[in-house]
Amino acid sequence: MSDYNFAYLDEQTKRMIRRAILKGLAIPGYQVPFASREMPMPYGWGTGGVQVSAACLTPDDTFKVIDQGADDTTNAVSIRKFFEKTAQVATTEETARASLIQTRHRIPEEALSEDQILVYQVPIPEPLRFLEPSEVETRKMHSLEEYGLMHVKLYEDISQHGAIATAYAYPVKVEGRYVMDPSPIPKFDNPKLGMAAIQLFGAGREQRIYALPPYTAVVSLDFEDHPFEPSKADHDCDLCGASDSYLDEVIVDDAGGRMFVCSDTDYCRSRRAAGHVGAQGAPYEEGAA
Amino acid sequence: MYVAVKGGERAIDNAHAWLAEERRGDAAVAELDVAQIREQLSLAVNRVMAEGSLYDPDLAALAIKQARGDLIEAIFLIRAYRTTLPRFGASHPVGTSEMRCDRRISATFKDAPGGQVLGPTFDYTHRLLDFKLAAEGEVADAPEAPPQPGPTPHIMGYLNREGLIEDEVPNDATPPDLTREPMELPADRALRLQALTRGDEGFILSLAYSTQRGYARNHAFVGELRIGGVGVEMDIPELGFAIELGEITLTECETVNQFKGSKTEPPQFTRGYGLVFGQTERKAIAMALVDRALRWKELGEEDQGAPAQDEEFVLMHADNIQATGFLEHIKLPHYVDFQSELELVRKLRREAEGSARREAAE
Repeated sequence: MSDYNFAYLDEQTKRMIRRAILKGLAIPGYQVPFASREMPMPYGWGTGGVQVSAACLTPDDTFKVIDQGADDTTNAVSIRKFFEKTAQVATTEETARASLIQTRHRIPEEALSEDQILVYQVPIPEPLRFLEPSEVETRKMHSLEEYGLMHVKLYEDISQHGAIATAYAYPVKVEGRYVMDPSPIPKFDNPKLGMAAIQLFGAGREQRIYALPPYTAVVSLDFEDHPFEPSKADHDCDLCGASDSYLDEVIVDDAGGRMFVCSDTDYCRSRRAAGHVGAQGAPYEEGAA
Repeated sequence: MYVAVKGGERAIDNAHAWLAEERRGDAAVAELDVAQIREQLSLAVNRVMAEGSLYDPDLAALAIKQARGDLIEAIFLIRAYRTTLPRFGASHPVGTSEMRCDRRISATFKDAPGGQVLGPTFDYTHRLLDFKLAAEGEVADAPEAPPQPGPTPHIMGYLNREGLIEDEVPNDATPPDLTREPMELPADRALRLQALTRGDEGFILSLAYSTQRGYARNHAFVGELRIGGVGVEMDIPELGFAIELGEITLTECETVNQFKGSKTEPPQFTRGYGLVFGQTERKAIAMALVDRALRWKELGEEDQGAPAQDEEFVLMHADNIQATGFLEHIKLPHYVDFQSELELVRKLRREAEGSARREAAE
């Protein structure tokens, strides 16, 4: 890999991406077009996040990658390996030790600090896309702050189902201006979006970057009489006993038996290391699964 | 007790090892070398170069070998390689009127200066499996004729003398480049042509076919189709003059389309244009038809709401690397999103059952 530049992309490209990131930070929630490059992994597999990470990484960084909250899912492994190879940066699975975290579909349970950057992989950056397929039209709607369509959609959900039928990629309003897609995180994670860390969103195929500076006001769209409600499975983690973390449901036998475990594998591991044991957990052993 | 699934890393390594073994196939059968692919599967090589946007037959052949013959995968390999190449300059526009034509046909004139040259074409072959090829591929030399002296003029030039065809106004503006700038809509024609020439052959073909079947119908005649080599020249600042870097093979298609005239234009013929790397005739013709369909606005034609007229629809979905990546990404884990949907559906069902019971009780 020595033929490639640090973190794969050439410096010109990184500069172009950094400009887009800075513009995004200056206009929180606004989708900045950028000249996305073809990456050696497929579109839809995190090329936007990978380009943003490549533009932000320095040789001193410690890098963490999660997919669905887990460090050991196949695509997280593949992206972590990519930067180990092309940037030789240190990597970690510990949330607190990472200076840069690339994520797909989750925000870590542990609160992030001002010294950290969280990079999201975004499939469809446009929150209005499934209401209006044309990009020309949706850009116009954003510039005119014309979000009536979105409110009508949420209202129709309530009138049909009695509740807003959006469970993930739940739209938010940023600093009272732009409606933004927080990427397909479960709405459970939405309240964390006003965090201390810098949040960068990269959509490679759709050629868009957007950002949330630290402590940005991010409000999940709702109605006074139907307030936003973050939700999770009504259980505790069966491995570590956590009652405050987002849970994955795992089918464990042919009879349809199931258990619930933290989707954030590092959070679960650190709780078990600290002696917490869930209903079906065993005492933690260093190095064991 | 439940043990979380680990070992993604080892699984990936093992999967790659198995993939390499499958690529090689039965080791008792001789291995393909890259030169064989380049020479004997040259139309596959051409497609990979065209949609990969990189003219390099050896690399394209290597990509086909590595991709086990999956051409979209091969195009992906080429694209990912191309994006790392530094750009040291831009060539002069290539002159297709200077093309050394291997093939040059016109469907609009029986004969024209330069003549009809069929060249190495499948046209007029009977599509009968040649079982002899299964045993041996040796062929007799094809007869040769002396090359025509001088350049072959474009046939469209003859129509232009009468003013029967729209004028193509020369333009020296630097064309946009969608591999370097984000694609912004509406796009100008140069950008549309770039997107079409690297777009998926199947997608462009089907769109072109749809215009023939009445979705934005605009009957096209192939005014001229030519395939051959053109020189690529570039100014070298240190030298102060242009030198020829080499020769590339191109396929160019110019269509002549009916046009009844509009408020702004008199009745005349209009043009569709296709230009593609390599011998890629189907793609070049399809490109010309789609180009013409996309020009409805500038010609003051009616929007029929046809897919081939919808610039955003065509340009946003023509790239097979974007399409295949996003399509195949749904194989990736979506536990978290699915979990949140599961809970939502359970909640909505509880509420629906609750209200049904209440209604029954009332």
